[in-house]
Parts: sequence; C-alpha cells; structure tokens
Amino acid sequence: MEICEFTAHQLADLIRKGEVSSEEVSNAVFERIDLVENDVQAYVTLLRDNVLAEARVLDSKMREGKDAGRLAGIPVGLKDNLCTKGVRTTCSSRMLENFIPPYNAAVVEKVHDQGAVILGKLNMDEFAMGSSTEFSAFFPTRNPWDLSRVPGGSSGGAAAAVAAGEAICALGSDTGGSIRQPASFCGIVGMKPTYGLVSRYGLVAFASSLDQVGPLTRDVRDCALLLNIIAGHDPLDSTSAPVKIPDYTSFLTGEIKGKRIGVLSEMFGEGIDPAVAETVKKGIAKLEELGAVVEECSFPHADYAVPVYYIIAPAEASSNLARFDGVRYGYRAGSEAGTEPDLLDLYMKTRSEGFGPEVKRRIMLGTYALSSGYYDAYYLKALQVRTLIRDDYRRLFRKFDLLVSPTAPSLPFPLESELDDPLALYLADIYTIPVNLAGLPAISVPCGFAGGLPVGMQLIAPAFQEGELLQAAHAFEQNTPYHEMRPPVQGDASLKPAKGSEYRCPHMKL
Amino acid sequence: MSAYEAVIGLEVHVELLTRTKAFCSCPNEFGSEPNTNVCPVCLALPGVLPVLNRSLLKYAVEAGLALNCEIASFCKFDRKNYFYPDLPKAYQISQYDLPLCRNGYLDLEAGGGVRRVGITRVHMEEDAGKLLHSEGDAGYSLVDLNRAGVPLLEIVTEPDLRTPREAHLFLEKLKQILRYLDVSDCKMEEGSLRCDTNISLRTAGSGVLNTKVEIKNISSFRAVERALDSEIARQRRLYEAGGRVEQETRAWNEETGGTLVMRTKETASDYRYFPDPDLPPIVLDEQMVDRIREGLPELPEARRRRFIEEFGLPAYDAEILTASRDLADYFEECIKCYHDPKRVGNWVMVELLRLLNANNIDIRESKVPPSHLAELLILMDKGAISGKIAKTVFEEMFARGKGAAEVVEEKGLLQISDEEALAAIIDGVIAAHPQVVEDYRSGTKKALGFLVGQVMKQTQGKANPKIVNKLFSAKL
Repeated sequence: MEICEFTAHQLADLIRKGEVSSEEVSNAVFERIDLVENDVQAYVTLLRDNVLAEARVLDSKMREGKDAGRLAGIPVGLKDNLCTKGVRTTCSSRMLENFIPPYNAAVVEKVHDQGAVILGKLNMDEFAMGSSTEFSAFFPTRNPWDLSRVPGGSSGGAAAAVAAGEAICALGSDTGGSIRQPASFCGIVGMKPTYGLVSRYGLVAFASSLDQVGPLTRDVRDCALLLNIIAGHDPLDSTSAPVKIPDYTSFLTGEIKGKRIGVLSEMFGEGIDPAVAETVKKGIAKLEELGAVVEECSFPHADYAVPVYYIIAPAEASSNLARFDGVRYGYRAGSEAGTEPDLLDLYMKTRSEGFGPEVKRRIMLGTYALSSGYYDAYYLKALQVRTLIRDDYRRLFRKFDLLVSPTAPSLPFPLESELDDPLALYLADIYTIPVNLAGLPAISVPCGFAGGLPVGMQLIAPAFQEGELLQAAHAFEQNTPYHEMRPPVQGDASLKPAKGSEYRCPHMKL
Repeated sequence: MSAYEAVIGLEVHVELLTRTKAFCSCPNEFGSEPNTNVCPVCLALPGVLPVLNRSLLKYAVEAGLALNCEIASFCKFDRKNYFYPDLPKAYQISQYDLPLCRNGYLDLEAGGGVRRVGITRVHMEEDAGKLLHSEGDAGYSLVDLNRAGVPLLEIVTEPDLRTPREAHLFLEKLKQILRYLDVSDCKMEEGSLRCDTNISLRTAGSGVLNTKVEIKNISSFRAVERALDSEIARQRRLYEAGGRVEQETRAWNEETGGTLVMRTKETASDYRYFPDPDLPPIVLDEQMVDRIREGLPELPEARRRRFIEEFGLPAYDAEILTASRDLADYFEECIKCYHDPKRVGNWVMVELLRLLNANNIDIRESKVPPSHLAELLILMDKGAISGKIAKTVFEEMFARGKGAAEVVEEKGLLQISDEEALAAIIDGVIAAHPQVVEDYRSGTKKALGFLVGQVMKQTQGKANPKIVNKLFSAKL
C-alpha cells in the first residue's frame, strides 16, 4: 500500500515515531493527486504550496519534540462549503466563485489546531443540493471505482478524494445524506453526527435545522479520531449542544455481542436495487454472526420522509440563500449598457445567473411552501410529520440499540443518467433523509461490492450515542475486508477533462 | 353632519441601549464611521450564525413588565423575509406569532380622566442598516450597516387612542417609562424611536372599526400629531363626499404637511415568516421573570405619588421632578443633604432646569452635583450669602463645576455680617447723605431704602440686609 492510501491514524503513528515525515506524506498525496486528479476531479481549489510549507513547519516542530497535535501532518480535504480564511469558498457555485471568507469555520479551526494540513477545497453539488456532484457549477466529480459513474453527493468531491488517495480524510456536510451517500458510493466511511454535536459556524447554510458537519474517512477509527476533534459545544452556534464529549476511540473494542439491532424492513422494499439489498443483507448477517441480536422492525412514516424533507429543506434554503443578492459580495450581474440601473433588476439577474438549476428549483419550492396561504398546508404540515418521524425513532430505540438499513437504494449511477429527472434523484437519499429529520447520528460503512461497485450499510443510533454507533461499525469493519480495498489508480487517457474544469484553481495560496 | 371620532393605534419601534448588537458582539453605537461596527455575522457572510444577546431579552422583559404585559414562558424568533440592500441576510430576525410580551396597558391622564390604552404586544427584533441615496442623477446608493442587527423592541397598541393629542401623550409617556428603565434613549430625531400609526374614522360612539390607513415616515412626536390631524381631515373629506377610504400605507411629508400613498393592499408584501432554525426557542421560567421584576426601578407614576406623600411636594412639583429618572434621582440626592424638599424642589425646577435648558445640557452632564446645591442652600440658611447673591453663585457653580463655598470665597461674595464693619460703612453713608437722613427722620420711610442701597452699592451687594436694616434703625 502506498503512503497516500494509509489511514490517518496509521500515518499519525508513523509521523509521531518519525518513520515518515509530514512533508513526505503531503508529497505522496500530491503525487497521487497529480496522477488521478484529471480523471477524478475532486478539487475545486488546491493549496499545494501552502500544504508543503505547513508540513515542513510541523516536521521541525516535532523534531524539536513539541506537540504538534493529534492530526499532526495529516493532509485533510474540506468540502467547499466550509469557510476557510483567505481561501476561496465557492460552494461549487458561480455565486461564490471568487468569495474569500475572512474567517475559518469552527471545524476548520479545530482540525488545523490539531496539526492537520488543509489540502484544498472539494467539489460538491452547488450549495450541497444534489446527490451526484453533477450540480457543481464548475465540473462533475467522477467515482474513482468507475470513472463513468457519479461519486454521489453532495460531498462527492470529498468522498472521491478520500477513496482515490487524494486526501487522507475529509470533512463534509450532511443535510439529507450528503456525507453517507457519497461515502457509500465511494466505498469509504462517512458519518453524520447528532444535530448539535458539531458546530455549524462557518458551514455555509443549506437547511439550518438539518445541516451537520461530519467526517469522511477510510476506516471507523479515523472517523472516531476526527469526531474527537470536531465535536463539542460552540458558543457561536446557538444550536450546538452543551454535551460532554467522550473519547470516541475508547468505544472501538470490537465488541458487538448482545447489541440489539433493528432492521428497517421498509428500506428493503420498493425501489431498491436488488444487488444493493442482497449486499446489505449479507452485511446484516455478518452483524448477527458477530453476536448482535438482529430483528426486523417497521418505520411507519418512512414514506413521508422524502416529501417532508423537500418542504423543510427548501423552505429553509430559500431564506438562507436570500443573502446572495449581489450587494455585498459574491457574483453580481452587470446591468445592460444603456439601461438605467435598477435594484429589482440587479437582484433578479444576479440570482438568475449566479445560481444553477437545482438551487433555483429548491429556492422556488421553498418560497412557495412558505408563502401566505400555503404555509399551513405545506411547511406547518411538514413540521408535524417531522415530529411523527422522530416519534417513530423514539419508539424503535426503546427496543433497539441501533438500526440498520442500506445507505442508498442504488449503486453509483452513470454520469448524466439522472440529471433530467430531479424526482428520481431525490430518491437517492430516501434512506438517509429520515435520520436528518430526526437529528440522529448515523454512519455508512462499506459492506461489500456489487458488480465491482461499493455498497454502504447505514447504522443509526439514538441522539448523542455516536460511541455505540462507532463501536458497532468498528466491530463490523474489523471482521470484513472492504475498508482495506482501494480503487484502481491508473489514469485513463481516453478521458478528457470535464467541461468546466477550467474553474479549478490548482495553486491557490493562503 | 354626524360627529366622527378617530380610532388610532400605534406601532412603535425603539432601539435598545444594549452594549452590543442583538445577535453578534459588535458595538451598538450611534454615530460611528459608516461600516465600522460590523462583523461577519451582521454583514451576513456565508456560514455565520446568530447568538442572542442576553441583555436584549432582559431589557425586553423589563419593558414588558413596565407596560403591564404578560411575559410568555415560551417564545421564539422568526424570520421575516424580504429583499432590500439595507437588510444583509435578506431576512429580519423578529418574532411573529409568539411574541415575548402581550396584553399590557398604559394609563393616560387625558381630559381630567384616565384612559387605559391596551398594549397588544411587545416583541424583540433587529434593526436594518441605512441607505444613503445619491443626489440628483448620480444613480447610486451607499449602504451603512452599522445599524444592522441593533436590537429593537416593537410595541403595538390596541386601537384605543381617540385623538392625535392622546397619541402624542402616549408616546411621551412610553418614552418616559423606557427612559426610566434605561433600556432606550427614545430619541425620535436620531431614529432610536420610530412610530407608525394606524387610523380610521367612525361615527362617534358607534363601536365599529372602519377601513384603516397606516401612516409611516413620521420623525417627531409633534409630527405624529400633525400627520394624524391631516389624515383625519382627509378621511373626513372622503366620507363627507360619499367616498370610501382605501386600505393603504401612506407616507407623511413634513414639508407639505400631507400624506401620499406608499403602497396599497394589492402590493402588500408576503414576508414568508417561519421559525428561525438558527435560534432555539426561549423558555423563561417564572423565577427569572420575578428576578427581573424585583430589579425594576421605581416607575414615574409610583415615584410621583411618593414625592407627594413622602416629601409633601405639590402635585405640580412632583410631576416636574419625576419627569425623568435622572432628575428625580438628582432631587433625591439633594434632599439627602438638605432638610427642606420644597426648597430644593424650587431650586431644581427654577434655577437648575433653567440653566440646563438654556445651555441644552442633560442633567447627567450637569457640573453641579446634588451636594453642591445643598451646600449653597446651607450657606444661605447660615446667612453667609443672600438669596440674590446665591443665584449668581449658582450660575458660577453651573458654569465651572465649583462648590458653593469655593465660588463665594473666590469671588469675595461672602455676606458681610460683621456689625462693626457695617457700622463704619453706615456711618459714612449717614454722613454723606444728611438730607436723606433728615427725610427719613421726618417720616419719609422709603428714604431708608435709598440709604440701604448705598450700603449695598459700597459692599457690592454683600452686606447682610438684615443687619444693615437693624443698624440703620438703631442709628437713626
């Protein structure tokens, strides 16, 4: 295995022992980026010079015997909706193509404080709206396991980079499945923590009551390691919970005997790819074999989760994205020569030209749902059903420690195959969305392959029980080989750079 | 022609005097350089989040309690969505269906009786920035976001006011209370108090509510009265001509003294209110409200009554001395050092207020501390200075911040009560004016005035008039 394919905890040990330097690790990752990035197209912005300079500083610090942090020298990628001070943060949107934040997101500050070096900013569906990363305004990212297929989304750049060795690990955001679904499609581990566990400060908001930052990693230990660092109360985020953070790695005992796990039977029904269902069922059988007590269970309001989500998330988004008006920062449409400048015109042109089709669709959906005369029928009703969905989980967790389901109903689909059918694309998150609605923690772990493509299994825990979740996921992982598999890395000469890849900014300096 | 009566309700916005803004830690200051009191949060950069300023909540509860409102044990913030360049987030954080305070009232003394004006609600929200539009055809506007995110209270009354005068009185009273609480300075000219009004007319005593018109863009209490007068006349003309009043929003024009249509019912905005997911609901327990209630200062009404009862002040004096909390505090400090409240009251109302008004100085900036005023009164009581000199001394104290005794000494204004010294001067005056002395002795009593005047002249007014009179009587 090459250096760039190691896990963060392995590399952290090696760096600490002096067996490899931070600079060597960063160089190895950049070698891999040079080899595959033209095919995978995971990065919107790369910080090469900056990374190498920081790695050298860390190395000399450690040579002097100083503590350089728990992630010292680990190259980490960031989804491009996490604000980075002095480095453009685009949300893969024309609207923010040249936006350079004057501050770091809370999680960026935290991983940086622990010695992580920030490789760059990863491609995503515009403003995190999408499930394939094809709604990036710049270019699509390709799945490293099959370059003709999507990596999932919206954290597709993050998942693809971690899978392809272009980043050791990454931070993404998950509003309806945007960490777990791409993790599943790219054969890596992805976790959405409990709503409120991780600060949202500096995460460009999509749907505030659903968004949560989380790790995308190569194994469960890395996930625990990153969660240790990013979790915790932040006074700058009023929705962040004042809870005590345990050492999540202490849960990685390999023990799963006696754990009561409910299988969400609705999530193996209509609409699922039989190959996915079969692979996940094998995974569940493995859990049972390892001593878990597995039982089928029912989630009565499962059918309502997607419609409820597509009221609540767009409603919040329509308000969150209203600030992009061309007045203070970001894209501003020019007025036509010879015409009087007009405020309404500025707003309409700026937003028509600055936002892509999916973002506009959701802004319209959300605006409609909140409009006078429709509020009660849509938004209010959706909030009520959201409560019913929460209650479903509450009932289930009286009986079970964990719930299990597929992460996504399908295998990674071919690029451009679903673009014209937004409703079909919305179903890509059918198993992940209810978890966000209830604010629960969930993890996607690789549970096998179907037709050479990775399949992810989703485990769900009660609020703030990330420890339980990691314990079970770890036990499963340690008894299966999938987390050790890496996609093929030979460059494909037949592939041309995707349309729009000129938007990439390969050498941005901090 | 039947008699019409006006049905008036007010919607008042006041900026709160919290140290920092409502949802970020920027200073809440008036008059800073444009766009200096700003940060990523109030500039609405991507990714930032609001955090409630606890003082805002406390001030709002205080105001609610002082306005006799019920304080909600559970309330929340909502987003009011609309696009405008002075609103960086394109939504205002406000409170919609669950305001912090409801069902209050304020009693007005009007026309010899008391009119109770209902307060429908008091809620918390944030202010927007300011736009400065270019003159003429330059075609640009400048945005100053210093004010964006400054905490506001919105206070909405029931349509209980019947005359423009009552509306004016209500605003005065509201201002007095909020200033007593020290939650707002309520300066309408600086925009820290803004008032929109709703008004309709009906046949006197009919109880119906007719179509109302909202009037905005009013910038002084006086203008509130004028705008309402003008609108009453306009609606009356419409009704008398057999016409209808349309539901609309009109803008007051100070220069023309009339109103113009701003927007009609058809062009009203849909603000798409919904609960702000970035701010958890506020749960207020009773103990917290009780603590705030216990910490409330004595309010003007109660204080006025106490001044009458405790200090035996006339109602008129008590009214003036409790007009502001600072003035009332000043008065009470004075009478800690001086025994006669009525006398202190006179000096505060006549001399101090005259000088404050003439120099346009706030009592907080007065250079005469209460102890100095008391000192002056004591000097008078001791006979060290006369009442007339005392006024001169007070002006000097007011101008320079010196103590009464210090001024008296510096200026050599000490009253001459030394009988020997005065006797010498008196002897001189008697010698110099034999004719006047003769007149007096032959019964022309007013001649004494002339002689005393001569002594005063020679002593620059410092001679103790009582002693001078006594000595003259003895010598003549």
